[in-house]
Amino acid sequence: MNLELVLILVVLTNLKLLGSSRLGSSIRTVGVQGLLLGLLPLVAGHDLTARVWLLAAGGAVIKGVMFPWMLMRALRDAEVRREVEPFVGMLTSILIGIVALGASFWLGHRLPLPRPAGSLLLVPVALSAILLGLFLIVSRRKAVSQVLGFLVMENGIYVFGVGVVQETSLLVELGVLLDVFVAVFVMGIIIFHISREFDHIDTDRLSMLRDWKP
Amino acid sequence: MMIFALVLVPALAGVAAVALRHDRARRALLVLTALAHAGLTGAAWVVLPGPILGGWLALDAPARLFLSVTSMLFLAAAVYAVGYLAREPHGAEKDFEDGSLFTNAPEAVFTACLLWFLAAMTLVTASQHFGLLWVAIEATTLASAPLIYFHRHHRSLEATWKYLLICSVGIALALLGNFFLVVAASTPEAAPVPMVLGELTARARQLHGPWLKAAFVFLLVGYGTKMGLAPLHTWLPDAHSESPSVISALLSGALLNCAFLGILRAHQVCAAAGQAVFGQGLLVGFGLISMAVAAVFILGQADYKRLLAYSSVEHMGILALGIGLGGAATFGAMLHAVNHSLTKAALFLVAGNILAAYKTKSTADVRGVARLLPVSGVLWVAGFFAITGAPPFGPFLSEFTILKAALDQGRGAVAVAYLALLALVFIGMATVVLRMAQGESGRATQREPWLAVFPPAALAATVLVLGVYVPPALGRALQEAAQAVGGF
Repeated sequence: MNLELVLILVVLTNLKLLGSSRLGSSIRTVGVQGLLLGLLPLVAGHDLTARVWLLAAGGAVIKGVMFPWMLMRALRDAEVRREVEPFVGMLTSILIGIVALGASFWLGHRLPLPRPAGSLLLVPVALSAILLGLFLIVSRRKAVSQVLGFLVMENGIYVFGVGVVQETSLLVELGVLLDVFVAVFVMGIIIFHISREFDHIDTDRLSMLRDWKP
Repeated sequence: MMIFALVLVPALAGVAAVALRHDRARRALLVLTALAHAGLTGAAWVVLPGPILGGWLALDAPARLFLSVTSMLFLAAAVYAVGYLAREPHGAEKDFEDGSLFTNAPEAVFTACLLWFLAAMTLVTASQHFGLLWVAIEATTLASAPLIYFHRHHRSLEATWKYLLICSVGIALALLGNFFLVVAASTPEAAPVPMVLGELTARARQLHGPWLKAAFVFLLVGYGTKMGLAPLHTWLPDAHSESPSVISALLSGALLNCAFLGILRAHQVCAAAGQAVFGQGLLVGFGLISMAVAAVFILGQADYKRLLAYSSVEHMGILALGIGLGGAATFGAMLHAVNHSLTKAALFLVAGNILAAYKTKSTADVRGVARLLPVSGVLWVAGFFAITGAPPFGPFLSEFTILKAALDQGRGAVAVAYLALLALVFIGMATVVLRMAQGESGRATQREPWLAVFPPAALAATVLVLGVYVPPALGRALQEAAQAVGGF
C-alpha cells in the first residue's frame, strides 16, 4: 500500500457516497473510508513509532468500526425508510463532486506548502473531502446523511492533519478523535429521539423554530 | 496544581452527580462545586498559579479574566438552578405551546452535564496550546447539548440538533485552521514552532505569512460560529430560546465568551506576526454585520427569549468590532465582555422567572410584569437599560470606550454605523420590554422565591457598580488582558 493509492481510494469512496441511494450502503462506504484513513498514518512517511501505530489503530477502530456501528444502530432504532432522499439528484451530485475535485486540485496548486508533504495529492484530496462533506450536509434530507457528511468533512481534515502535519502531539490527536467520537455518539442519541418524537428523521421538516411565522 | 484542581473539581463532581441518588444531595453538590470553583478562581487573583504541563495550561491575563466571569456566572446559575429544579415537576408536563405532553431529562444527567460544561469551559480558558483549546471548545458543545434538550419536546430537540450540527461543522473548520497554523509554523528554514501560544507569539516572525492568514480565517469562521457572529449565528436564537433559562444564561454569558477567547488567541498570534491589520479588517466586518442582523431581528421580535438571544448576537458583534478597531477599543471590548456576560445572564434568569409565571414566551401575551412580579419586573427593566448601553450601567462605559476609540482613529463611518445600530436595538428592545413591564396582568402580586431573584439581582448590582466604579485590581487586569491581545 502506498500513500497515493490510499488517497485515490478515499476519493473513490467519496464519489461512491455521492451516488448511493441507500442509507445502509452509504454508512458502509464511510466505514471503508474510515479504515483507509486508519492506514494513512502508516503510509504517510512518518517513522513507525508506537505513537503512529496507536494513532493508526485508534483511527481505524473509531472511524472504521465504531462510527458505522453506531450509525447502523441509530438507523435500525429509528425504523425509517432507508432511502437517502437527496435534495439534489444522484447524477448532479456526482457531477458536483467532480467539479469540487477539480477545484480542490486548482486550490492545492495555488497554495504550496512551505515544506513539501509526502504526496502532491494530499492537499487536493483533503480539500475535496471537506467540500464534499459540506455539500452532503446541505444537500441531504435525512439526519443520518448529515452526520455522514460531517464525518466525510472530518475525514478530509484528518487527511490533511495526518499527511501534512509532521509534529503534533499524541494527546491532542487522541483528544480530537475522542471529541468526534462523542459528537457522533450524541448525534446518534438525538437521531433516535428525533425519530421517536416525529416518526421521521427528515431535517427539512424540523422547521418549527423561526422568527417570522407564515 | 491549582489549574488542575479548577478543571478536575467540576469534572469529578459531575461523575459523582451521576452516582448520587438523592436530588437534594445532588443539588447541594452542584452549589458546593460552584462555590469551590469560585473560591479557587478567587485564589488565582491572590497568587497567580504557574503554568503546568510544559506551558500547555496557564492563566494569563485574558484567561484569568474570562475564567472569573465564567466562575461567577456559574455560581449564580447554580444557586438559581436549585430553585428551578425544585419547581420542575417530575412526571409528564403539558407543553404550553402546542399542548402535548413531555417529560424532562433525568435530573442527574442535567446536573452532571452542567458540571462537565463548567470543567470544559475552565479548560478552554486555561488552554495555551491551540490543539488543546480546540478539544476543550468542542467538549463544551458536547457537554451543553444535553442541557438544551432538558425539556424533551419537539422544539428543544430541533434546537439541539441544529446546535450540535452547526457548531460541530463550525468547529471542524477551526480544526482545519489549527492544522494550517501548524503548517505556517513549520517552515523549512527553521525548527518548527510548537503550538503553544507563548512560543508562537515569541517566534511569530518566522511563521509563513499566507498560511497564517488562511489559519486565522478558518479559526475566525470556526470559533465565530460558536460565538454567534452573523451570518454564522443561526443556531443561537433556537438554542437560547428552547433551553431552560438557567442554561441560556450560561450559554450566552459564559460559552460565547469561551469561543471569543479562541478568536482572541488566534488574533494574538496574528498581531505578533505583524498581520494584525488583515485580521482586524475581518473582525470589523463581522462585528458590524452581526450588529445589523441582530437589529433587524430584534425589531418586531415576538419571543422575548429570542429577543435576548439576538441581543447576544449584537453584543458579540460589538466585541468583534472592539478587537477589530484595536488600540483603546481593545480595552473597551474586554470590559464589555465582562459587562455583557453579567447583564445578559441576569436578564435570562429574569426571563426564566417571567416564563414560570406566565407560561408563555410570546411578548404579546405578557403584560404587567412589574405588578405581578415586583422584583423581577424591576430587574427586567433595569437589565434592559443596562444591556442597551444606558448610563449608569457598566455596558454604557464599555460601549462608549469603543465609540471613542473609533472616533479617535478617524473611523467616522464605523462610528456612525455603530451608533445607528445601537439606537435601532434600543428602540426594538424598548418597545417589547417596556410593554411587558407595564400594564395589568389581571392577577394578584406573587411572592417570588428567594432563589429565583437573588442571583439575577446580585449580577445586576455588579453591573451597576461596574458602571460607576471599576475596582483598580479589575482595571489593571483588563489593561493587562487588552495589552496581551494587542491593544492598550
